[in-house]
Amino acid sequence: MSTTAVQTATPTSKVPKAESDRSKSENRLGQRLVLPSIILMLIVTAFPMLRALYLSVFDYTLTAPDDRSFVGFSNYVTALTDPLFWTSTGITVLYMLVTVAIELVIGFIFAMVMHRLIFARGVVRTSILIPYGIITVVSGFAWQFAFSYQNGFVNSWLPFIGADFNWFGDTTPAVIAICVSEIWKTTPFMSLLLLAGLAQVSEDMVEAAKVDGATWWQRLWKVVLPNMRSAIMVAVLFRALDAYRIFDNIFVMTAGAEDTASISFLTYRQTIEQFQLGMGSALSVLLFLSVLVIAFLIIKLFRVDLAAARQEG
Amino acid sequence: MTLACGLLASCSGDDSGKAQLNWYVNPDGVATFQEYAKSCSTDDYDIVVDQLPAGATDQRVQLARRLAAEDSSTDLMNLDPVFVAEFANAGWLAEVPEEKAQEIIASAEGEGEYLSGAAETVIWEDKAFAIPLWANTQVLWYRRSLAEKAGLDMEQPVTWKQIIEAAESNGASVGVQANLYEGYLVWINALVTGAGGAIVEDTEAGRDAEVTIDSDAGRKAAEVVQALAESEAAQPDLSVSNEGTVLGPMWQDPGEFMVNWTFVYANYKGLIGGAGGPADEEAFEDLGWARYPATVEGEESKPPIGGIDIGVGAFSDEPEFAIEAAECITSTEAQVDLALNDGLMPSTNEAYDEVAASGDFPEDLIKLYQESVDTGGPRPKSAFYATISSAIQNEWHSPRSVDPESTPKNSAEYLEAVLEGKKLL
Repeated sequence: MSTTAVQTATPTSKVPKAESDRSKSENRLGQRLVLPSIILMLIVTAFPMLRALYLSVFDYTLTAPDDRSFVGFSNYVTALTDPLFWTSTGITVLYMLVTVAIELVIGFIFAMVMHRLIFARGVVRTSILIPYGIITVVSGFAWQFAFSYQNGFVNSWLPFIGADFNWFGDTTPAVIAICVSEIWKTTPFMSLLLLAGLAQVSEDMVEAAKVDGATWWQRLWKVVLPNMRSAIMVAVLFRALDAYRIFDNIFVMTAGAEDTASISFLTYRQTIEQFQLGMGSALSVLLFLSVLVIAFLIIKLFRVDLAAARQEG
Repeated sequence: MTLACGLLASCSGDDSGKAQLNWYVNPDGVATFQEYAKSCSTDDYDIVVDQLPAGATDQRVQLARRLAAEDSSTDLMNLDPVFVAEFANAGWLAEVPEEKAQEIIASAEGEGEYLSGAAETVIWEDKAFAIPLWANTQVLWYRRSLAEKAGLDMEQPVTWKQIIEAAESNGASVGVQANLYEGYLVWINALVTGAGGAIVEDTEAGRDAEVTIDSDAGRKAAEVVQALAESEAAQPDLSVSNEGTVLGPMWQDPGEFMVNWTFVYANYKGLIGGAGGPADEEAFEDLGWARYPATVEGEESKPPIGGIDIGVGAFSDEPEFAIEAAECITSTEAQVDLALNDGLMPSTNEAYDEVAASGDFPEDLIKLYQESVDTGGPRPKSAFYATISSAIQNEWHSPRSVDPESTPKNSAEYLEAVLEGKKLL
């Protein structure tokens, strides 16, 4: 089936449309007009990437400039064979899965509330969105204080926790604290994206399902969610990529202690704290590649044709 | 030239035609730094104070980012002693002029005006790259009533084992700095050097330095960390404790034993009757101090050495003015003011004598500080100091995971691998 489709599609796509002189010159003008932005984009985005690639093949520490030496792909080999890299990757994936899953559920509930609300809409929407307006470092500090056994409220609110329980003294509670902060901060973003998707679901379809006798759950599972698939994918994709790059909360709350360091934090430590520019660059290249892989997997998982979603098909 | 500068105002920092020297300071004693920025300014230049972040690591990162970019506006900077070797090796610091350098180098050998521990911190490859401003050290702070109850003779040197047991049997605690940060390395280094060892030796060899923490001294140090972590005397937030978090328990009964820097005395004095401080003058009298605890009984402890050195940026537009300003802001008078106003103790004997004469500090405390700096155990001086520090912190954190049998060995192997670029940090 696909072979036939390709065979029939290929010849048509290869036949050039006859272009008038005017459209050719408009094209040329268009290209000339965008050229400066392309050059600027290349300087801003491509140069740092190429520079990172170049630096990643050196053993180079900023405080010992005379010891700089070419090591080929050795930094990559070191990184990929180091258990620390995989521990950090594992914990990063854990942050991503836990926070995105919880945010998806809570975010959807918030979106439903915001969508269906009849009165005090503005106030409720604003209150739901406030955490997203707070700088991550600030929310990280706020939650660090909240979880502190000395002046926080969390221990006194949880009856099964001792008053002097140190949340940052072990990996599991520290990861929970970081996840809570992350979820609190970014659920509003998720709900905002889902609200946009919810608004696109046709009320007629929902009404029709209602008339056919579908229960609330059935309408949710069979009508609303399938019609929101691209919105959910965009929300999950954005948040997953964001969560994979988690840094601020870890930086503020544990500084990477107790095996809570994410892959971004590991890269930061190598480059900024240790001044190991070679290894740090290798790690940032690996981080970049893993973000690409995650984006690819999520798009594959949701099987959404982005072009179709944008109605370009 | 002057006319041209005056007209253009571009070859100076401001519109008045005078040069502007930027002085990056750590947040301790900023008010005094501001005063000296003003009084050390001349007709040729104005000194402007810029504040660095509170954490030593953040200060280092901010300064390094400027200097790595060859920032010509970084003229003067307050440097934690362990940054001097790193920055000097990177070529980011201007050398101290000959005469001053000779004085500092002679002091490091015990024959000059500076305390030798402080002078030693600014020397890299036999040259001086900064001028010591204030010299910090840690002592053992404790409640006299607690020590008395525990039957400890604080006139004699005490060991870690003794204070842990004393605190435990009296429902008290021992305050240390064991968060995953530089303060933890300070503690580990003091324990290792206090047992007669070192984390690394031959540090000037850079990556090829000899890692020596896998030794009896390393194991003795690990025994102390393990003993405290497993004891009832450990504070609940041991794994995230820092210089600030350990201050609180001192005035909650029955008090604590705490190792901490010199700022403690002035800090508690300022808090009499206030939150987190002693209830009244009488309670304050209960505050005691003694030499840093010994790792091994019978062996002299090696108290940590800290403080601040003033460095001049290698890319400064006005290096001569900056050197002149650095000498002014490290003058005896400035050091005395820092001690009296902010509890930050001097780096020269002359300033110490003046502080002692002022009567603001108990005589025996002043003597203890001086002796601690002079006989303390400095942290490794290396261009790879941050790597050494982080590698050790990682393997020794959390304190509860420390095991004398495996931690020194594992940390030595890890540090060697990290220095060789074979392991991530």
